[in-house]
This record gives sequence, structure tokens and C-alpha cells, in this order.
Amino acid sequence: MASLTVRRVWKEYGNHVVLENLNFHVEDHEFVTIVGASGCGKTTFLRMLLGIERPTRGEILIDGKPLEAEPGPDRGIVFQRYSVFPHLTVLGNVLLAFELERARFTGKLFGRARREAIERAEKLLAAVGLEHARDRYPAQLSGGMQQRLSIAQSLAREPRILLLDEPFGALDPGLRADMHQLIRDLWAANRMTVFMITHDIREGFQLGTRLLVFDKLRHDPQAPEAYGATVTYDMKLRRNSESREPQRDPDARAVNA
Amino acid sequence: MRRIVNLHPARGGALTLGALPFVLLVFAYLIASSIRLEANPDDKLLPSPATIGETLRSYALEEDPRRGEILFWSDTAASLTRLGIALGISALLGLVFGIATGVVPYVRSLLAPFIAAVSMIPPLAILPILFIVLGLGEVAKITLIVIGVAPVVIRDIALRAAELPAEQLIKAQTLGASSWQLVLRVVLPQMWPRLIDALRLTLGSAWLFLIAAEAIASTEGLGYRIFLVRRYMAMDVILPYVAWITLLAFVSDWALKKLRARAFPWTQLTV
Repeated sequence: MASLTVRRVWKEYGNHVVLENLNFHVEDHEFVTIVGASGCGKTTFLRMLLGIERPTRGEILIDGKPLEAEPGPDRGIVFQRYSVFPHLTVLGNVLLAFELERARFTGKLFGRARREAIERAEKLLAAVGLEHARDRYPAQLSGGMQQRLSIAQSLAREPRILLLDEPFGALDPGLRADMHQLIRDLWAANRMTVFMITHDIREGFQLGTRLLVFDKLRHDPQAPEAYGATVTYDMKLRRNSESREPQRDPDARAVNA
Repeated sequence: MRRIVNLHPARGGALTLGALPFVLLVFAYLIASSIRLEANPDDKLLPSPATIGETLRSYALEEDPRRGEILFWSDTAASLTRLGIALGISALLGLVFGIATGVVPYVRSLLAPFIAAVSMIPPLAILPILFIVLGLGEVAKITLIVIGVAPVVIRDIALRAAELPAEQLIKAQTLGASSWQLVLRVVLPQMWPRLIDALRLTLGSAWLFLIAAEAIASTEGLGYRIFLVRRYMAMDVILPYVAWITLLAFVSDWALKKLRARAFPWTQLTV
């Protein structure tokens, strides 16, 4: 659980302004969905939260303390692709999180410690509905199952913040509904703040307790890179954040316009 | 009439086709050999299968009176030992330096240009240096193979390690992995099958360097024997030795391929 403060954050690459003057505060246990056109800097923002990019100006605070400048176990991540380990079985993928935590030098657990870790890993797999696939390798899983695995993996270290980078972007529409329910349930059951990037506005409205729209306020056709995107809409979507039922789609057109 | 690119041989047909060039080669040899031997029964250039068989029998089954060893097998053991040690060292160097250059940016900046330059040195050109500095013993021969093979393996592993999706490395860090754990649990396990591929590809040049070194300074070994008997134009020794070397190389390549499939099943799975 963590609150996040973004204070006057700018991101520039040379003359190219990607993000300008981001300013907002996210309370603990919010589910923030971020939407915006491609190239509007939402992934850049996520990379800054991960710690693999740094703001050019301004600061990002987690619970009032500056963000650590590299990825760490307090911030979990689920990417759209490639974030499970192909050489480990489903169980091994989740087990790895516990092994990295407890075996600093060998990276492997043995005996009782291993049995305990396996039990915990199996619970996580059950939570995402993968218990029957525990001995398969990722290459033998469908895209949806791989994403479930990646989610289970990210929850293992009980991160205070969970980052989701278009996690369902590559999945069939039918499958997405299941995944939405899963992620809502997991968010409700774990005390964590979620940031989810999506290009699907409907998904943004359905899942989040708060929706941020990234867009450019100013645009110079002669110099398209002169101005960056910022938060143009910041909407609270739901008072009762514990509600499990996805709220009906409010007027999505206002954002599209 | 279907296009030829769409015609596929049946399984039996494929085997027959595969065997055909070998059979033709043997036939051509037998015919050429019998023509020459008919003209001159003492001809040494294309010995008859009977002569080759007799020579091979004496090399492979009878002790050499001067050395007290069965030459064929002592030569084989000497060559394979050199090759094995050299490939082992190259594999180890490949893993250590390849992963370090592939994963740690500072090591990459430090070593990548150097390794790229070293890999361009023609190993045979520095063979004299090796013999001068390291003497004519085993060390020089093994070093030659390592110099020829290791840079290729290092560069290959470095490229493969750098090719790992950044997502994987970031994910592991969000699970709390230190740099050491990242290498141990994420990078290294995915490099083993790549290492086997790299070794398979360098096997040919490893044999080349081995035979070159043995030809110049050695007292036993497959390459030594071939170059020794060349003085007597003993084709009845050279030909079976060449075939044996080819077979050894072929079998080690095949064995590595099988090992990869057996040891790393995850590399060839599909949904």
C-alpha cells in the first residue's frame, strides 16, 4: 500500500518534450487507469515509476519518499509480453520470486524452505487459476495464461504498487472480461495501488477507480516535438473503491472528443 | 505438373537420396582405384579397400613395436583430449566473458572492442609465437585452439545475452533480484543452450586448429599421424584417418544436438 505524489514532472529527450508538468497525487489503494493516444508518453511515465527512466525535472514520491532509481520489489510490473521466464515452469516462475528473496547467494531454496515456498507459490497460482498448469513451460501456455502467470509472479513479493503496461492488449476480447474480473479481485484482496496503462478507453473506465487521460494541450504543427503531453482529464470513477462490480460505462465520448 | 519446390520425398525416399552422394563417392573411388592399380599394382595414390583394411587393422589392433601403443587409439585419445580441454576452456571463457559483456554495460564498454579485435587475429599467424613462448608441448596446441574458438563463443554469448528481452531483466529486478541473482537465475540458464549451439558451430574450426598444431609440433595425434605418413605417400593411412576424423566431428556435433534437446526441453516447445 502506498500513496504516490507526482510533483511538476517533466521528461525531455533533447528538444523533444515527452511529458510536461505532471502534477497529481494518488491515494493508497487506488486503481488508476491511464489512457491516451500512442506516443503520448504514458509508457514513459510508467518507466519512470519503474525507475528505469528519470524525470528531467520534478520529483516522484512514494509515501513521501523519493522513488528509488531502479526497479525493486516494492513495485511489481506486468508487461504486455515477454515478462515470464521461458526456461522455468509455471511453478518455477512464481517460486523464483521467493527464491530471489530468501536465497541471496545461490538463488535456490532447498528442503523445508523450498517446500514452504512451493506452498505459497501454489496458492498464488490457484488465485489466478493456473494450478492445473504448474509443470508446464510458458511456451506451452496461451497468451492469457502467460499473462495470468505474470500477474501471479508480480504479486509474490506483495508490492505496494502494481504497474500494468497494457497487460491485456494482446488478448482476445472474450478473454479480457475474465482477466478484468481477476485483476479487480486481486486488487481488492491485496492492499496495493495499481497503475494500469491501456489504449482501450472502455477498459479504463470499467476497471479503474480513477482515470487519467494523457494528451497534448498545445500543439505546434511546425514543431510537433516542442510540446509534451500532460494529464488533461483526471476523473474519480467510483466512491466505493471496494465495489467488485465493474461500473457501467459512463459517457466515454467526452474523452474521445 | 506441380512445381518442383512443392514436391517432397517420402521418408524412405529422403533416406535413399541422402545416401546417394556417399554411395556415388565410394563408387567413383573404387573405379578410379581399380583402374590405377591395374596399370601399376604398386600405385600408392588410390589404394584398394583391401590394402586400406589391412593397414587399418594393423594400426587399430596391433601394438606399435617402437612405442608399445596401438597407434590408432593413442592418436585418437591424444587428439580428443586436446580438443576436449580446449573446448572446455573456450566454453568457460565464453560463458563468463560473454555474459559479463552482454549484461553489464561497464564490462561491455571495457571488453567488447578488445574482444572484437582479438577475434580478428588469424590464429595460425600467431602459432609461431605460441610455440616460442609456450614451448612445443600441449599448452601451445591447446592455447591455439582456445584463441581460435573462444572469441567467437564469447561474442556469440554476449550477443545472445544482450538479446534477452529487457522486460525479463526488469521483471526479475521487481522480484528483488540482485545483479548476481539476475545472472545466475535468469541469464545463465538461458545461455546454456546457446553455448551448445556456439560450440557446435565452432567445432569445425577447432579441428582445423588442432590438426594444424599437431602437424607442426607433436609426437602423437591424428593430425600428427597424417602429416607424418605423408612423407611415404601412405594414402592407405591418410584416407581412413581423414574418414575417422570426419566421423568423430560428425558424432560430436550430433551428440551436442541431442544433449541440447534432452537437457533444455523448454527451447523447443510450442503450444
